[in-house]
Amino acid sequence: MTLRDSAPLRTSLIGLICIAILLLAGTAMPRWLTFLLTMSFANGIVALGIMLLMRSGVVSFGQGLVFATGGYTAALGFGMLGINDGLLLTLGGGLVAALVAAPFAWLIARYRGIFFAMLTLALSMVLYGVLVKSTVFGGSDGLNIGRVSYLGMRPADAWVSYANYAVTVVVVGIASILMRVYFDSVRGLVALSARDNEIRVEYLGSSVQSLIATNFIIAAFCGGVGGALAVIALGHIEPDYSYWTRSGDFVFVAILAGHHSVLAAFIASVALELVRSFSSAYFPHSWQLAMGLFLLAVIRFLPTGIGSLWAARARSSSTQRGAA
Amino acid sequence: MALILTILVDGLTYASWLFIVALGLTLVFGILKILNVAHGSFYALGAYAAASMVAWFTSMQLAPAFSIVAMLLAAVVVAALVAPLCERGLLRMFYGRDEVLLVLVTFALFLIMEDLTKQIWGVNPLYVADPYMLFGVVEIGTLSYVGYDFMLVLVALIVGVSVWWGLNRTRFGKLVLAVIHNEEIAASMGVNVSRIYTVAFSVGIFLAALGGAFTAPMISVQPGVSVGVIIISFAVVIIGGLGSIPGAAVGALIVGMARSAAVHLWPVAELFSIYLVMAIVLMFRPEGLFQRVQARKI
Repeated sequence: MTLRDSAPLRTSLIGLICIAILLLAGTAMPRWLTFLLTMSFANGIVALGIMLLMRSGVVSFGQGLVFATGGYTAALGFGMLGINDGLLLTLGGGLVAALVAAPFAWLIARYRGIFFAMLTLALSMVLYGVLVKSTVFGGSDGLNIGRVSYLGMRPADAWVSYANYAVTVVVVGIASILMRVYFDSVRGLVALSARDNEIRVEYLGSSVQSLIATNFIIAAFCGGVGGALAVIALGHIEPDYSYWTRSGDFVFVAILAGHHSVLAAFIASVALELVRSFSSAYFPHSWQLAMGLFLLAVIRFLPTGIGSLWAARARSSSTQRGAA
Repeated sequence: MALILTILVDGLTYASWLFIVALGLTLVFGILKILNVAHGSFYALGAYAAASMVAWFTSMQLAPAFSIVAMLLAAVVVAALVAPLCERGLLRMFYGRDEVLLVLVTFALFLIMEDLTKQIWGVNPLYVADPYMLFGVVEIGTLSYVGYDFMLVLVALIVGVSVWWGLNRTRFGKLVLAVIHNEEIAASMGVNVSRIYTVAFSVGIFLAALGGAFTAPMISVQPGVSVGVIIISFAVVIIGGLGSIPGAAVGALIVGMARSAAVHLWPVAELFSIYLVMAIVLMFRPEGLFQRVQARKI
């Protein structure tokens, strides 16, 4: 079996090379850039979860729910349980988010289109309502999280930012590789055809509902991991993480990325973070304006996302190869 | 007893306000098939316009009673100027696209309008408290209420009846119903569908702006009023059924009462009680309480 024949092997290799490059490049980056990229990658993996759902034909407008769940799990795990390890907190964030999403998954998976979006949004707002009012979760002030260690090592002051960045790159990178492998698996491809024609897929013997339910839980795990990573990097979490505008940002990234390419989710996330940081620094009262125009331009001129720019080309060249 | 009365009155006044705003949202969805996330921004725009207009009227030394006219005028201005601009200039480009994508288009519009209002009116809160005392104080039993709140109930009734009458008893309403039923056939029968869209969108926006304008005296008008409104009116129309007028009324009452009961009995639950009701209704009747279930088209 050569490298070209085994898609998972090739994906893993490309992914690992990307991770290595990012880790190396990180050492030379200024601190603001590593922080910006850490946040972008943490948000990107949440958007990756939405991308998975988009591939199954639904869009969640409530990923703030799992993002906040992951974040609060990390903050509470650090503050109340005394867990110091960043990796453990991240994993815990993902697992708790998946657990929170699981009871709803089967129910939500019955709905499509606008109802799916609204139901997920309602759930995230229920969480927001709980978070704002409860004292355990710090109310509207939120919670703080101190400096974490990784695998028993506490990074020195100068290296904290890089350590968070490196861990985020590795965790998000591995998750992305797994996601790409899942996209290309039989189940992943069935999802794509469910997006095209659900009834046809049902007739062929696959359950679209169970597919969407599973993908919803996977997306929740991604969202929780993203939330935990973001909180560790930021050192603080507040109920706004679950607010609907936050979920809107994630959908924004997912739409900008399109559903073709995993890499596109992170490029889109970095693009959004750059636009946001720079325009909020230089035009504090018009960064949303810029984002809105940006979003409109994407929907108008690039309706299938930036990922389609290269993913479609790659696919057409591979079909040509197959035909030859 | 007094507590029950308080809950009922509070719930009713809150529901009236909610009904005006949610009716606009449900109209736009029913006719244009757009779930307008920017609805709250038009609400905010109405509130800002009312603040400016009332201030302008006051500066012209008009009697305080004219501030009601000023608020009404503010809503009309928003509906007549901004709504057609958005519909013709922006939404038209995206008709026929996926519903969820249209949600994002209006999300973009929401982001844009959020900043535009900041650019125009600044970030400091505006106050238009004068009209609030116009209707005096109403005594019910041992409790006293501001008359303005009851005026809102009246406005909501007028709005609800007019919209129902307009849709069911006028020629234009019949045309709108024809477009809702089947756009293509309506168009082929000579109905000017694009004009109906523009008018319907403007009416929906007028209701949002009206809600905002009449709320302006009760709140401080500042950035951020739009974000909360949109979700709560989503809850109303989802509970009642998207596109249904009686649904919006019942949804508004349910949400209004749920909120006021929570505020008085269990304050901690104020925020999430509404969304919880919405989530529960969605889970068991996703089409809403007042919507017939539609057969799935293959």
